[in-house]
Amino acid sequence: MQTSGQSTTAPGRGALANAPREPLPQLPVVDPVTPGELVELYRLMTAVRHLDRAAISWQRQGIIPAYAPELGQEAAQVGSALAVDTRRDFVFPTYRELGVARACGVDMVEYMATHKATWHGGLWDPAAAHVAPIQAVVAGSVLHAVGWAHGQTLEARGELPEDGYNVAITYLGDGASSQGDVHEAMNFAAVFKAPVVFFVQNNGWAISVPTEKQVAGGSVSARGAGYGIPALKVDGNDPAAVLTATRRAVAHARAGHGPVLVEAMTYRRGPHATSDDPGRYRTLEEERADAGADPIGRLRERILAEGAADTAALDAAEAAAAAEAEQVREGVLALGPRPGAEMFDLVFQETTDELERQKANWQEETESRKESEDA
Amino acid sequence: MPDTLTTPDAGTTEATTAPLELSLQGALNLALDEILAENPKALVLGEDVGTLGGVFRVTSGLAAKHGSERVFDTPLAESGILGMSIGLAMAGFHPIPEVQFDGFAYPAVNQIVCQLARMNYRSRGTLPMPVTLRVPSFGGIRAPEHHGESLEALFAHVPGLKVVSPSDPQQGYSLLRAAARMADPVIFMEPKSRYWQKGQVTPEGGAPSSKLSGARIARPGRHLTLVAWGAMVARCLQVAELAAEDGIDVEVLDLRWLKPIDGDALAASVGKTRRAVVVHEAPRTSGLGAEVAQVITERCFGTLKAPVERVTGFDVPYPSGDLEDEYIPNIDRILFGIQRVLEYKRG
Repeated sequence: MQTSGQSTTAPGRGALANAPREPLPQLPVVDPVTPGELVELYRLMTAVRHLDRAAISWQRQGIIPAYAPELGQEAAQVGSALAVDTRRDFVFPTYRELGVARACGVDMVEYMATHKATWHGGLWDPAAAHVAPIQAVVAGSVLHAVGWAHGQTLEARGELPEDGYNVAITYLGDGASSQGDVHEAMNFAAVFKAPVVFFVQNNGWAISVPTEKQVAGGSVSARGAGYGIPALKVDGNDPAAVLTATRRAVAHARAGHGPVLVEAMTYRRGPHATSDDPGRYRTLEEERADAGADPIGRLRERILAEGAADTAALDAAEAAAAAEAEQVREGVLALGPRPGAEMFDLVFQETTDELERQKANWQEETESRKESEDA
Repeated sequence: MPDTLTTPDAGTTEATTAPLELSLQGALNLALDEILAENPKALVLGEDVGTLGGVFRVTSGLAAKHGSERVFDTPLAESGILGMSIGLAMAGFHPIPEVQFDGFAYPAVNQIVCQLARMNYRSRGTLPMPVTLRVPSFGGIRAPEHHGESLEALFAHVPGLKVVSPSDPQQGYSLLRAAARMADPVIFMEPKSRYWQKGQVTPEGGAPSSKLSGARIARPGRHLTLVAWGAMVARCLQVAELAAEDGIDVEVLDLRWLKPIDGDALAASVGKTRRAVVVHEAPRTSGLGAEVAQVITERCFGTLKAPVERVTGFDVPYPSGDLEDEYIPNIDRILFGIQRVLEYKRG
């Protein structure tokens, strides 16, 4: 078909094949991490380490049925979480973000409630904490972060607020990056220029499958370019580097420039979960080589070398962390089952007659059973 | 359950607008227009819902009137549309996403089943999901593959979802207005073969009726109850007219809400007629007809004159257009079903 007045050789959209690619936007530069922040990172990472180790013990002791340790990912988790402000921003974790939750001030007993099988997602109030419930579907909440972030731009009605947009940060791993939802989320985020940070903890393993069998091209962050999303790859075992990278990403999104992808290269030092057996898919030698130095040990050396704190102060943080873990243990032990009525009452905001009938029937049968047990 | 469908509360009649002659598509469009005007947190999103106004034009003109920020096109990805709607609801909005055709709800099932339906529960009621998912549904338009599915049993089986299907323009208008006032996720199944059928619609006219729930009697009768929803209601009404010529007085019950099912309405109707036939387009096995039959049996076992009969689609993939009239319950098949129930003899 030929339109009048047009050359018979006009390539039309075909000319786009030779159009230059738009350069990716530059991320802003942020202030370097202060000595005080280094000590805060240490304090939090130590607390997380103690809680994480304690949780494995609790599983072995039969206090909780299962747990997914984050050992080795303290720097990536605490470093990234400190870059957001949960008074205004919103955090979307998966099921391995103890460090993120702790750094965001989530009550650790209420967090552990999910692992104690008390309530899926945890017991804290996610709307108040601005930390979404624990998400068991890998990449399940990545799209939610994009939706929440787009909601912030809608609230602003196209005018960048003086203090910028509220930002969503969503956590995913190298395994989750294979999920189609991650593609949809990144594409949507870029199309809508949503203020969201995709924070990838590339910990080398998706249960038993190594990154090289998981991530084509070897890098999740490399995919950002395809969406026009600027991406940073950072040493995920260096908390100061993670904090700086995430702060740059948040600042970019806050300023209305759209999404950013951060890939923190780290290592899952422990098993996938307490039921896992890494000996079936990796050797101790490989673990040692890939894990590198302990992120907390590295930070401790740096703090002492730079004089940000002295040994006594760091030891005190260590003692406080041990005490905290003990306190959380008591809280977890005291955590009884939720009233069974909650099964019914929390399904809907506005319940249904059918659900009320099922609840009444359950209550009747439960009471009758108890009576016969007592008799 | 009260039916506040066309009768606004007494004393507010002055605000009622005169009835309009509208197609189902037009009635849904009007409802969305009013929802967007009334609720500043309401958003319409999906594929082609903006400039084009949707492939069925249900969202026609809404972007121009309410702004392309509130009525917006998304990339072509259903999981993305639903996942984004969940995040928007977490941010305090009331999203009304559209999945363009029933069969394309499948790519979004993870977000609908594992996320949308559970977020209120998982968050212990702190993150409600007031999301109204519009799904052009069912067959009858000789459409390509995956454009004529009946997913009500799939959605009704998922804890945390409510499911509704309108049968005519008035139902479409009122039920969509009602669904959009709910604080829970609602799957709104629009019978696409009925989009262009016209009918009288009485708008709320600023006097919103209370939340609309339960079934309705589309035609009263004495001898037998036909239970249907969506496009099958109109067909059952035709069947009832034909049966009347043979002296059979058929009651047609428009179930409307497929979850929760209005057991009281079923019991009242079948308690009176003592015979029931459930009609749906979806495949028979584990279809919603089985649930309806069980509700009726539990409530009316003592008075039933015959087992509840089902006239349904078959346990086959939805066929091509040439065969869909064989697949969708037609007038003859429904009449055969009625005959089987009427002639049933206890063995």
